[in-house]
Amino acid sequence: MQGVSHSYFGRKVLDGIGFSIGEGEVVSLVGPSGSGKSTIAHIAAGLITPRSGRITRGYRHHAMVFQEPRLMPWATVAGNIAFPLKMAHVPRETRVSRVLAAALAAGLMPEDLDKYPVELSGGMRQRSAIARALVTEPDFLYFDEPFTALDVALKRRMQDLVIAAAAAARFSALFITHDLMEAIRISHRILVLDPMGQGITGERIIAGDPATRSEPSVFAQREAFLGEDPLFAHIHDLDERLRP
Amino acid sequence: MIRAVTDRLSRLGRFLWSAWAGLAGLCLLAALWQLGHEAYGSFILPAPLETLQAASALIREGEAQALLWLTSLRAALGFALAAVIGTVAGVIAGYSPAILRLSRPVLTVVIGVPPIAWIVLAIIWFGASMMTVALTIVISGTPVVFMGAVEGVTTRDRGLDAMAEVFGAGPIRRFTHIASRQIAAHLLPALVLALGSAFKVAVMAELLSNAGGVGGALARARSMLDISGAMAWVLLAVAVLIVAEYAVLRPIQAELERWREAARPWGVKH
Ligand SMILES: Nc1ncnc2c1ncn2[C@@H]1O[C@H](COP(=O)(O)OP(=O)(O)OP(=O)(O)O)[C@@H](O)[C@H]1O
Ligand SMILES: [Mg+2]
Repeated sequence: MQGVSHSYFGRKVLDGIGFSIGEGEVVSLVGPSGSGKSTIAHIAAGLITPRSGRITRGYRHHAMVFQEPRLMPWATVAGNIAFPLKMAHVPRETRVSRVLAAALAAGLMPEDLDKYPVELSGGMRQRSAIARALVTEPDFLYFDEPFTALDVALKRRMQDLVIAAAAAARFSALFITHDLMEAIRISHRILVLDPMGQGITGERIIAGDPATRSEPSVFAQREAFLGEDPLFAHIHDLDERLRP
Repeated sequence: MIRAVTDRLSRLGRFLWSAWAGLAGLCLLAALWQLGHEAYGSFILPAPLETLQAASALIREGEAQALLWLTSLRAALGFALAAVIGTVAGVIAGYSPAILRLSRPVLTVVIGVPPIAWIVLAIIWFGASMMTVALTIVISGTPVVFMGAVEGVTTRDRGLDAMAEVFGAGPIRRFTHIASRQIAAHLLPALVLALGSAFKVAVMAELLSNAGGVGGALARARSMLDISGAMAWVLLAVAVLIVAEYAVLRPIQAELERWREAARPWGVKH
């Protein structure tokens, strides 16, 4: 992605955004609320056409986990997970086994598959959304703050789920979050977005592999970033209501 | 597969069970009617039982069946036209804000003109024919269906559209897989309303244009001051409408709303 800018109704929210993600690499994008993170993910995935800039996608196909689960209320969990397979014209016979495999990988029970989203808890809905993203075995995944609405314990379990899936399936990912701790746990590299969307202010490479990272090291890294690194100085102090 | 069948059977069972409540309501109505009859006498208000007997006599004569069939056919034709035109136009307008803005005043005018005026115009244009009845129904029913379709399109969850797009659905598949389900949820109640008005308008148009059918029979009963006959015809027309609604539209609606059923505390079936 190079020199991307975007405006909503004449109000410039992004300018001069550029970064790249390598094969098998999980990159986090952090920035305060309202800085334009979701917009970047939607532009990268081709949902929004940017005002200017160039996007080169090296992967074969992608999937996305959104900020909200975005499940179809009228379809069962199985129907929701099967949706990308249907769109990819995967024959009906092979769908069932792939849906089951993806659901198990995302920590759902087989008996949950016949339920409708209204019957599920928030965590199970987000698990269904993750299963739906994994079911086509994409080589690139977008995560747009998928766990913001979940409680701390559940969030940790979901993060472990993503780390395990990334290690097993070797996909690349852009993981958007405003939680620095989450970014450090999950990714190989962290990009920091300018609070006003005026470019990427910097990046930090996190040592080691997410799958083998220990809890104390993650915590120490966070303390180090927040305490000493000027790059992360403004991460928590923007009020999104004050944006022009 | 077996579960799908038992699911629907249990839904039918629940529906039949709830029909008792409806029946109780009808009995209450019949009791009030009976009271009215005893207060005013047979000439003003014939007894419910008397009316039922008159209605069943009409059915047995055979001629009534043909008349009911004719009226139903006209109502169905008008309703089908209104449903198709209203849905297609409503979906187009829902997706195109410019067309929607243009169509709003047109709709206001069409709704503002009383149906009776349309009947008069239609009689002048087409005489006493199938067309007159159908046209009046189309004009009275289309705006309702149109608004339902517009509502369905404009209130749809755009997040689901974006989701489908991420997974490779083009505009057409986004419509058939994502939008159509949300449109149907708004469209079906509108169709139920339109079907009801189709029968009412059909009888009214027949009566005024002397086009036969149930309306024609009502006109004859009136001229002969045959109150129980008139009541019997009304009863038959209502019965046909109820059958049409509960045999065709309600099952479709129930099928599409299965997931809402699942959200109800007593609807858990697993
Ligand atoms: N569809 C839209 N129309 C108009 N403005 C929008 C739209 N979507 C986002 N914006 C504006 O663009 C800016 C960036 O929004 P975006 O959703 O990308 O932020 P974010 O970083 O994802 O925030 P959060 O962390 O709260 O999700 C915000 O100021 C928002 O008001
Ligand atoms: Mg966002």
